[in-house]
Amino acid sequence: MTNAAKTPYEKVTAKTFPKGPDALAPGHRACQGCGEVLALRLLLKALGTDMIAVSATGCMEVCTAPFPQSSWRMPWIHVAFENAAAVASGVEAAVDILRRKGRGPDRRIPVVAVAGDGGTADIGIQALSGALERGHKDFIYVCLDNEAYMNTGIQRSSETPFGASTTTSPSGAKSKGQSTWKKDMPAIAAAHGIPYVATANPAFHLDLMSKIRRAAAIEGPAYIHVYASCPTGWRIKPELAVAIGKLAVNTRIFPLYEVLDGRYVLNRRVDKPVPVADYIKQQGRFRHLKDDDIAIIQARVDEEYERIVKLADVFPVEAQEAS
Amino acid sequence: MAKEIDALMKVRDLPAGFTAEPGSTLAFKTGDWRSMRPKLDREKCIYCGFCYIYCPDGVYQDMGKDEKWYKPDFDYCKGCGVCAHECPKDCIEMVLEEV
Amino acid sequence: MAGKPIGLEVSLAVAEAVRLCDADVVAAYPITPQTHIVEHLSELVADGKLDAAYIPVESEQSAMSSCIGSAAAGARTFTATSSQGLALMNEMLYIAPVLRTPVVMAIVNRALSAPINIWNDHSDIMSVRDAGWVAVFAENGQESLDLTVMAFRIAEDPRVSLPVSVNIDGFTLSHFIEPVVLPEPGEVAGYLPPFRPLVKLDIAKPVSIGLLGTPESYTEARKATDDVLLASKAVVSEAFADFRKHFGREYNLVETYLTEDAETILVTMGSISETAMTAVDEMRAEGVKVGVVRIRLWRPFPVEEFKAAIRPAKNLAVIDRHMVLGVPDGPVALEVKSLLYADPVRPAISNYVLGLGGRDVTRDDFKHITKRAQEPEAPGRPRFELVGVWE
Repeated sequence: MTNAAKTPYEKVTAKTFPKGPDALAPGHRACQGCGEVLALRLLLKALGTDMIAVSATGCMEVCTAPFPQSSWRMPWIHVAFENAAAVASGVEAAVDILRRKGRGPDRRIPVVAVAGDGGTADIGIQALSGALERGHKDFIYVCLDNEAYMNTGIQRSSETPFGASTTTSPSGAKSKGQSTWKKDMPAIAAAHGIPYVATANPAFHLDLMSKIRRAAAIEGPAYIHVYASCPTGWRIKPELAVAIGKLAVNTRIFPLYEVLDGRYVLNRRVDKPVPVADYIKQQGRFRHLKDDDIAIIQARVDEEYERIVKLADVFPVEAQEAS
Repeated sequence: MAKEIDALMKVRDLPAGFTAEPGSTLAFKTGDWRSMRPKLDREKCIYCGFCYIYCPDGVYQDMGKDEKWYKPDFDYCKGCGVCAHECPKDCIEMVLEEV
Repeated sequence: MAGKPIGLEVSLAVAEAVRLCDADVVAAYPITPQTHIVEHLSELVADGKLDAAYIPVESEQSAMSSCIGSAAAGARTFTATSSQGLALMNEMLYIAPVLRTPVVMAIVNRALSAPINIWNDHSDIMSVRDAGWVAVFAENGQESLDLTVMAFRIAEDPRVSLPVSVNIDGFTLSHFIEPVVLPEPGEVAGYLPPFRPLVKLDIAKPVSIGLLGTPESYTEARKATDDVLLASKAVVSEAFADFRKHFGREYNLVETYLTEDAETILVTMGSISETAMTAVDEMRAEGVKVGVVRIRLWRPFPVEEFKAAIRPAKNLAVIDRHMVLGVPDGPVALEVKSLLYADPVRPAISNYVLGLGGRDVTRDDFKHITKRAQEPEAPGRPRFELVGVWE
């Protein structure tokens, strides 16, 4: 077992679910049925307010902090779009040195950077890469991936899935929407040799909440890639925020796994997957896709899932232990 | 403390650094966004907490082990319907908001 | 009190100032000609002579972002950059003042691309002059060190709580070995109180920083920042006066040299001022009534002090180290003209842009400028010259 795998942490279970007030207060302006704010709310609930949060510009920043109000109940800062990882690096370094110099709280304080997929995989990838490589001890980076630039009006990002129609990858006579596959951010994060990488999904809330606790317990940078449904951008019914997330996992589109010191652990085997078509047909952004197109996506999803399974199978014992 | 978003603030009254108090969006009631509201059948409720857990806006409050139910705060409920959709016992129904 | 001067490269003197101030966090990215400052700081940290976190960020954009985060978390924070690095920070430079994060930055002034050029002028700082930072210009090595110490005091003063830049001419100042008096750490501690942040990411007293400013609040937020920046002038004066008490060296917002009876005044900034003063000495020997006014505090602009300093002159020769493309005048001249326009009596103002991209600035240049500035104002006679351009 690796050090990351051995680091003790308190899992969130149905019995130990934190019932106090949310660390993210209501009154925020997220859309009805926003899967992203749900993920954020649960992540913050798992950690409580003994932490410092850093936001990138984006939906979550705009909807939670219009002057003179803020939903954040812990110290929070937003500076710009591409630099959440860099701002969090500065905060983390400052908290660490002030603690060492006896001018700050004498305990570890997680510094959590939160950004969307654009702020992470596109404009923020350089700052993120730098922060992960530098090895900040109490640094957690959360990418809330709703698969496009929703805050600016549903433009494509490098995390937009193949075939999705967005305002800058529209479907048309000569276009099937997004023509590229999702950038594999967890793999990019893992390639930095950091102790902890995970994927998570608010529809699997105990798993999601436990993962950020694990990230906080482990010493060293952590990256969590979180599935975040978007009723506005995906053109789904608002009540499907959780249901669509379950489907994403049960179709194998969004596998739940951890990478502990480079070792993959599959958290949820999906032996009888739901057809990808069931996921796609609920979403307006894929409405133009034909059965042939969906078959292409199905093949890719199977291939990607198998790749993760193979990576996880290298260390089967550990996988059992962690699951 | 927290003020309405449309409140004008004079330069001299602005907090240093253009900051806000923690959790101060509580002053902004998003309940009036709602066109549908969740209606609960407490008879069928098994106190599983899925409505509480999955509400994106965190509007459900745990009424405790004696009462064994979760009460929505209609000041903030936007009427998205996630709670009704996720309730395993179908004890939440989305009904038209009466104005 | 005052020790003996030692020979020290100016960049190292700046780094030593940061050590003397016991900075907590340094986040920096290497760029010529700033590198010697951050290299020396890394050494000081590695040798245990400075107990600070050194964040070797992957870009200047991240350097300033980390600095904002660090200062907001309550750490005394320093960075240094030049030219393209400053340009890459641009977005964050406008954010730091509104968030009231008191970062101190040495800007080792270097020309902006294109063409790419590593040598000195002021195009980097002038391109961000409106960002809301307190900005001071150093003339020599001792000033570079002293102003860095004073920058922390000014930045962290709760009445200010703004970022401060110390501008040091690249190579022609930064890489020179100059006689410098190094204060003792205890002396600096007596001058610079511990950092008590005005706005802080504090677990015990949480606050949200960096909010969305809607049309209802954006104007007021900008105005509030401007009010603080303008009011910081008094704190700068206070910091200068107190510095004199502690260290015996005098600093003014605007410095004058032989201006009492001067008919022509050269307005300068930075290290060329020493050359200008030498030229003035030579011209004075020939009976030319010329003097120098050096702007040390560039932001907030010391309007009253500047006006008082230039009062005796008939001719004002404003010297710029940056060329504004699209209009004739350089940035300093544009501001000076705008400041004096409403005054019933004002000097004839001419503008000279020189020393771009490291081109030498000589005594002869100042003599030429003085001659030009004395020429009577006449229709059709340009009051602007790009000095020494081959065309």
